Amino acid sequence: MDIIWITTLVIAVIAVLVAAGLVYAGKKFAVKVDERVVAIRGKLPGNNCGACGFAGCDALAAAISAGEAPVNACPVGGGPVAEAIGDIMGTKAGAMERKTAFVACKGTCEVTKNQGNYTGIQDCRAAVLSGMNITDCTYGCLGFGSCAEVCPEQAISIVNGVAVVNRSRCVSCGLCVKTCPRGLISLIPESRIVRVQCSNRDKGPVVRKICSAGCIGCGLCAKQCEFGAIEFDGTLARVNPEKCTLCGKCAAKCPAKVITTPVN
Amino acid sequence: MKSLIMIIIGSALISNVVLNQFLGICSFLGVSKQMKASISLGAAVIFVITIASAVASLLYDNVLKPLGMDFMKTIIFILVIAALVQIVEMFLKKKSPAVYQALGIYLPLITTNCAVLGVALNNVKDGFNFIESVASGFGTALGYTIAIVLLAGIRSRINEKDLPAPLRGAPIVMIAAALMSIAFMGFGGLNI
Repeated sequence: MDIIWITTLVIAVIAVLVAAGLVYAGKKFAVKVDERVVAIRGKLPGNNCGACGFAGCDALAAAISAGEAPVNACPVGGGPVAEAIGDIMGTKAGAMERKTAFVACKGTCEVTKNQGNYTGIQDCRAAVLSGMNITDCTYGCLGFGSCAEVCPEQAISIVNGVAVVNRSRCVSCGLCVKTCPRGLISLIPESRIVRVQCSNRDKGPVVRKICSAGCIGCGLCAKQCEFGAIEFDGTLARVNPEKCTLCGKCAAKCPAKVITTPVN
Repeated sequence: MKSLIMIIIGSALISNVVLNQFLGICSFLGVSKQMKASISLGAAVIFVITIASAVASLLYDNVLKPLGMDFMKTIIFILVIAALVQIVEMFLKKKSPAVYQALGIYLPLITTNCAVLGVALNNVKDGFNFIESVASGFGTALGYTIAIVLLAGIRSRINEKDLPAPLRGAPIVMIAAALMSIAFMGFGGLNI
């Protein structure tokens, strides 16, 4: 008989034996896996992005079923997924609002001056490492788009020198938050629309000189707010989302127009 | 008996699987971050390679060689070793959860490790019989464990040092591994 036929036959026999062995072992040594783990894993998005803090969706499913993680631990899936998992686990999901990334800078090419002549690697992290003068504002968006690069959903784009988030595409994985070397990006619940879109902590005159859309630290917004929702530390205003009622009075008074409102 | 000990020492130190034959580098670099994990992986490798070289040797002597199928050994070894590790994993999961927990994810990980296949093929190349193959497999895996535990120790010391930024992470590990490899060349002078 030809050697080719012998080889084919032998390998086929070995493969069948091995397959039979595996099937037999799979039945004989089957271990009961918690069926909730399988069910939870089915409900999770399956991105394996790791935003929950676990190694992936499988690890999170195991942790949820073991009670080591809350049912709403998946930031990507948000409310609907938390509810579905809550049904499996028999607990209430609790209110969990979808969060989206927010870039706290309005310094487009028109409003801010740019003295720097940085010509190195076109990457925000590299630019900050270089220690060179890139933008006059040492707090603002650099516009090289490192956040846009890491975004798995292409939700961030650089428009006129500033990162802009397309909120409908954002899955709140938080990768951009970790990437931004200036810490401008944060995850904020969607409905909390009143936000201060500036991160500059310089004194008012300095800010005015370098950017016409920066928080000058005048404190008018804090005086205007009836609910004490503006936390003002002397140089930069911040909105406390828990107290804010979205009335928009602060935004109307802001001379630099750095507070976003439901209208704009 | 004397020759068996020589095979073990020879394959563990003189022709170390990682540092001299450059097999199984990926897990060597990947899992050596922590001492505990590298010891677990070393144990799993000893376990798998010893069993795999035994089975591969039996298969080669009794099936492949008599039928003149020498040229198919690579493919058949891959097939059999992969299935074998799967079965062993299932067996451990059921019968000995403690060992399964300890070896954890490393068992399936090393199924496709080139070191496992490399040992089986080297045994055939060197014309070892069954007992010698098992000894060689055990020795090789022991050498792998020595290498990865040493590297894990070195890395834990490196982590405490203030390195120049370009060397941090993978580059310094590569350099450390290269120096270890050079150091292990010294065993080439052993006369056994």
